[in-house]
Parts: sequence; structure tokens; C-alpha cells
Amino acid sequence: MKSLIKTLSNGILRANPTFILLLGLCPTLAVSTSIDNAFGMTGSVLFVLLAANVIISILRRWIPDRARIPTFIVIIATLVTIVDLALKAYVPSLSKSLGMYVPLIVVNCIILGRAEAFASKNNVIHSIADAVGMSVGFGVAILLISFVRQVLGSGKLEVFNVQLFSIPGLDSNPAAIFLLPMGAFFVIGVLLALFRWMGVSECE
Amino acid sequence: MSELIAIFFSMALVNNMVLVKFLGLCPFFGVSKKTSSAFSMGIAVMLVMLVASAVTWPLFHLLLVPYGFEFMRTVIFILVIASLVQIIEMSIKRTNMTLYNALGIYLPLITTNCAVLGITFINIDQNYGFAASIAAALGAGVGFTLVLLIMSGIRERLDLADTPKVFKGAPIAFLIAGLLGLAFLAFGGMVG
Repeated sequence: MKSLIKTLSNGILRANPTFILLLGLCPTLAVSTSIDNAFGMTGSVLFVLLAANVIISILRRWIPDRARIPTFIVIIATLVTIVDLALKAYVPSLSKSLGMYVPLIVVNCIILGRAEAFASKNNVIHSIADAVGMSVGFGVAILLISFVRQVLGSGKLEVFNVQLFSIPGLDSNPAAIFLLPMGAFFVIGVLLALFRWMGVSECE
Repeated sequence: MSELIAIFFSMALVNNMVLVKFLGLCPFFGVSKKTSSAFSMGIAVMLVMLVASAVTWPLFHLLLVPYGFEFMRTVIFILVIASLVQIIEMSIKRTNMTLYNALGIYLPLITTNCAVLGITFINIDQNYGFAASIAAALGAGVGFTLVLLIMSGIRERLDLADTPKVFKGAPIAFLIAGLLGLAFLAFGGMVG
């Protein structure tokens, strides 16, 4: 039980995929323009990572060592296709704003990385804990980045069409650069430095 | 012809793979510490992008569309790219050992490079014809190499600079990428 909690918390703090390992940055930076997108991306990654870890962990004794990477990729690509079709059918607006970054989850290094480094070597229960921990770690990171970008870039916070607050002055004259692609680079760069300054992560 | 040139420049500069579309960030930050390796990586990615576009376009329009299998695109494309990378690696090894030594270690990494899968998706989503797909792939590859080279040049000099301790390494690299993106924003008016 103790090792389960350790596996679970590992992905959120000590080996956070985004802020510590710097993995899977493409979707994190690309869709973090609004909190809604961040939730959509986190849900998609959680499903794919959880299902991939479970399937690979169950099959790990039968997957031949030399053909393991192609096998992992086929399993992950199938799961991503399921997510892509489901989003298109049930939440077309979200599917439209996430665009091609949903099918691109196939090449997200977090998922293939966990399959190779964890699920292919551990049992199903631990693989589930690892997938949940890593997805939550990814979710926290992308939500934090999109929170900063949305608040500074539009001057207000809107989640699923409900306005939570707006900053007077900033909402009429928002710093739109944070919604542009380069805003994402500035936000993650400053956040990384901030975590080091607070002592959460180590300097190089 | 002018349409193809417009697509080429739009993909290389205006809609740059790395700075605007956030594709291929792993090699962008991972292999941009030295100019020589950045150049090799860029050329390898460009090569795979070209071949992958040339193969996936006919596959999608002549095989998947007529039989109504468009939804299989993700699975089929990633398998095609993985096999292509393997074939290119083997054929370079057989024909040109110098090239293999330069590109060898970067080729396997390209399978999971989202820029390659991304350009094949863009070609389909934008409804490009075959020639336009090739132009887009070439533009994307040139844009990727260009940004990787600029970044590695800056980072080589950055090693000697007095960067604040908490910004050393990854954080300052992100800030530079943001500034580069701002500079590339100026190309926006070039292609309509």
C-alpha cells in the first residue's frame, strides 16, 4: 500500500512529467490557451495513459522484447483513435479547439515513456497508480499554465462558459501576447525558474 | 507554381512548426546545445518529413478514402512513419557510412517526433494536393532546421553568459524560444 502511494505521488511531484522531466511539451504548450482546453486534454491523456498502462501491463509477459516498441505504438494509436472519435461525436466544439493535438497524443513521449519504463515491468495495480499519478501531474501543469495564460491574456477567467472573475482594467486591455504561441514559452520558462527559486525542483 | 511557393514560405516562416505549432519541441530543446548536431537533426527530420508526406498522401487519398477507412488514419500513419524511419536508417547504413555516422543516432528518435506526424495530418486537414503536400513538407523541414540552428547558435553563446542560477538550462531556453517566436511574428504579413 505504501509503495502504491509512493508510485501515485511520484508522477505529481518528484517526477512531474511537465515541470521536472520536460516530457510531452507539445500539447501542453499548444492547447493551454484556455482552462476548458486544458481539462479536455487532461481527460484525453488520462484515458489513453490509463488504458495503455493496463493493457501493456497485462500483456507484458507475451509481448516479445524485440517487437515491444511497435506493439506499444499500435496499442496507443488504437486508444487515441477511440478518444478522437468519441470527442468528435460527443463534444464537437472541444474536439475542434483541440484540433490535431488529439491524434498527436500518439507521439506524446509521456505515454510511450510510461509504457516502456513502468507498465512493461510492473503489475496492473501499480501501473494504474502510475498512470493516475502521471496524468494528474500532467493535468496540474497544463491547468496552471492555461490559468496564467487565460487570466493575463483575456483579463478574466471563464470556465465552461461561466465567468468566475475578471480583473478591472486588464479585461478591457488584456495582454494578448499570452494567448499567442510565444506567450506559452514565456509562462513555462518563468514557472520553471519560480519552482527552482522556491526549492521545489533543483537547479542545473 | 506561385501557390506552391506561398505554401513553402508559409510553412517555413509564418506557421513555423516549432514556434507557432509547438511540434517537435523535444528535439528542439534536446538537440539544440551544439550547432553541428542541431544541423544533422534538422536534415534528418526534413528527409523523413518529405518521404512520409510522399507516402502518406497517396495512401490516404487512394486507399483509405475510397474504402471509407479515414478513421484509421492515426494508426496507419504512425505505422508507416515507424517503418519508413527504419527503412531510411537501413538504406543510409548500406549506402553512405559518413552520412550514417552523422545522422544515425537521430533517426530512431524521429519516429516519435510529433512534427513528422503533424505535417502528414496538416497535409490532409488542409486538403493539399500531392505537389502542395511536398511543398508543405519541404517548408516545414526547412523551417524546423532554421529554428534549430538559430537556437543552437544562441545556446552555444549562452554557455558563456552569466545567467541567473534559477534560469540556467531549460527556463532560459524557453524564454529565448518565446523571443524567437516574437521575431518570427514579423513574417506574418509576408504570406496572406
